[in-house]
Amino acid sequence: MSLSADDVAKIAHLARLAVAPGENAALGRELSNILDLVAQMDAADTAGVVPMAHPLDMAQRLRDDAVSEQNSRDRYQAGAPAVENGLFLVPKVIE
Amino acid sequence: MQWETVIGLEIHTQLATQSKIFSGSSTAFGAEPNTQASLIDLAMPGVLPVLNKEVVRMAVRFGKAIDAEVAQRSVFARKNYFYPDLPKGYQISQYELPVVGKGMVEITLEDGSSKRVGVTRAHLEEDAGKSLHEDFHGMTGIDLNRAGTPLLEIVSEPDMRSAKEAVAYAKKIHQIVTFIGICDGNMQEGSFRVDANVSIRPKGQAELGTRAELKNINSFRFLEKAINFEITRQIDVIEDGGKVVQETRLYDANKDETRSMRSKEEANDYRYFPDPDLLPLEIDEAFINEVVATMPELPDARRARFESQYGLSAFDADQLTGSRAQADYFEAAAQVGGDAKLTANWVMGDLAAALNRDATDFAHSPVTAVALGQLVARIKDDTISGKIAKDVFAAMWAGEGGADEVIEAKGLKQITDTGAIEALVDAVLAANPEQVENYRNADADKQPKMLGFFVGQIMKQSQGKANPQQVNALLREKLG
Repeated sequence: MSLSADDVAKIAHLARLAVAPGENAALGRELSNILDLVAQMDAADTAGVVPMAHPLDMAQRLRDDAVSEQNSRDRYQAGAPAVENGLFLVPKVIE
Repeated sequence: MQWETVIGLEIHTQLATQSKIFSGSSTAFGAEPNTQASLIDLAMPGVLPVLNKEVVRMAVRFGKAIDAEVAQRSVFARKNYFYPDLPKGYQISQYELPVVGKGMVEITLEDGSSKRVGVTRAHLEEDAGKSLHEDFHGMTGIDLNRAGTPLLEIVSEPDMRSAKEAVAYAKKIHQIVTFIGICDGNMQEGSFRVDANVSIRPKGQAELGTRAELKNINSFRFLEKAINFEITRQIDVIEDGGKVVQETRLYDANKDETRSMRSKEEANDYRYFPDPDLLPLEIDEAFINEVVATMPELPDARRARFESQYGLSAFDADQLTGSRAQADYFEAAAQVGGDAKLTANWVMGDLAAALNRDATDFAHSPVTAVALGQLVARIKDDTISGKIAKDVFAAMWAGEGGADEVIEAKGLKQITDTGAIEALVDAVLAANPEQVENYRNADADKQPKMLGFFVGQIMKQSQGKANPQQVNALLREKLG
């Protein structure tokens, strides 16, 4: 399977990665190799095999419904580039 | 061309837990921005989500309430998209293996007939934060208090054929989640959010048309309006030779229209995969049995019980089970009042009117259920008449005390002493000889109406305190 330059650009966009024009072809080859490996695994007969959701053969542990966190806003916002009235400020998002 | 409408709903219910789905932050509404956002909610590196047991219990309770299969094993998945109010860059949700499978609810339509609407699935997920687009020097403000609030997303089959059916279904789900206590149902605060998938197709065609997803609907009334607007819009598009595009549309209540938000094609590429931070959720029989054993009474069962236990009409029982708060209020008041029908009338009448007037609700009523029950008890034991009771209720509402206190303080106790009432009757008859003469000479069928004059005079003399039944009986005796 061979990915086109457009496929690579789309995947990079979905992951919000900036790919330099010169990197596109090499990345395409590497991604194609990964997909080839998946295609190879696809050939294995998995009928009757339960899909594995997690490599650990254990079930999720649950915690009781209790508030254990205190307000630490000032500490958590100390490293934020911009805050105002307790809000994090980010570049304008337009819907 | 005859068109048929096809509607499916996705309802996000905020689960009424103390803490978030994967962190120990509070879920209380209305806190100062970001004061309930922990390191987990902020997606700091190295943190791990730990699932809240109560969230699982609530999901199972819902599954059992709609006769659905509860999955013994379900899996959390990452739904990937970028938005500033989603700090991880993905939402933890469930995809291929949701906790609740196929179920069903029965809705009642306006003509009294009922219809079954399928529930495809219900899955657990975390809510995102809030973006505030007011002007912060050209920037957007982010509040992550809501990030990580537990949601149960309830997805219906495309079984509804009109806006009215969709509203009936949404109200039914609202009633169920509030009765079983897993959601407060507050649509204004966003605790119960309804998205509608709407499409049309030529009548008789099996294949579904292209759908639009309607968002930003925060009341049942707007749900109906948004769907009806969208049906008309889609018919116009197709009849003008165009094509409906699959997209998300926002409902604007001020303009009563839907408008395109974004094309869903790219946004839909969520690249789900199992979340490696969370192990599969396993629910055993013992857990399910424990949930079933503590399941609150469901609305349909409660309505039926109100009819059989209290002898209420189907209409009254239906009204009183409109919400769990109302049903609870009625039962508590009826127990004290000792007369279910009279209590029902007060709850649906004067009390509902007062709550409505002051824009409050049963859970926050200034007159408690017990206090209203005491008022009803005083009507029932003839301490006061139903008419005086309205004045007592108004005083209780204004915070002047309980029924007995108000009756005592205002001297409203009903006069039931036969001698005292007789004296009043005699006095009024003696003062109005002409009317007495007219009454005696009148036709028998006119007399009941004329009796009202004397009753009115006597009630006026007694400041409304004479027992009306006794007054009527004595008057008839003396005039007849």
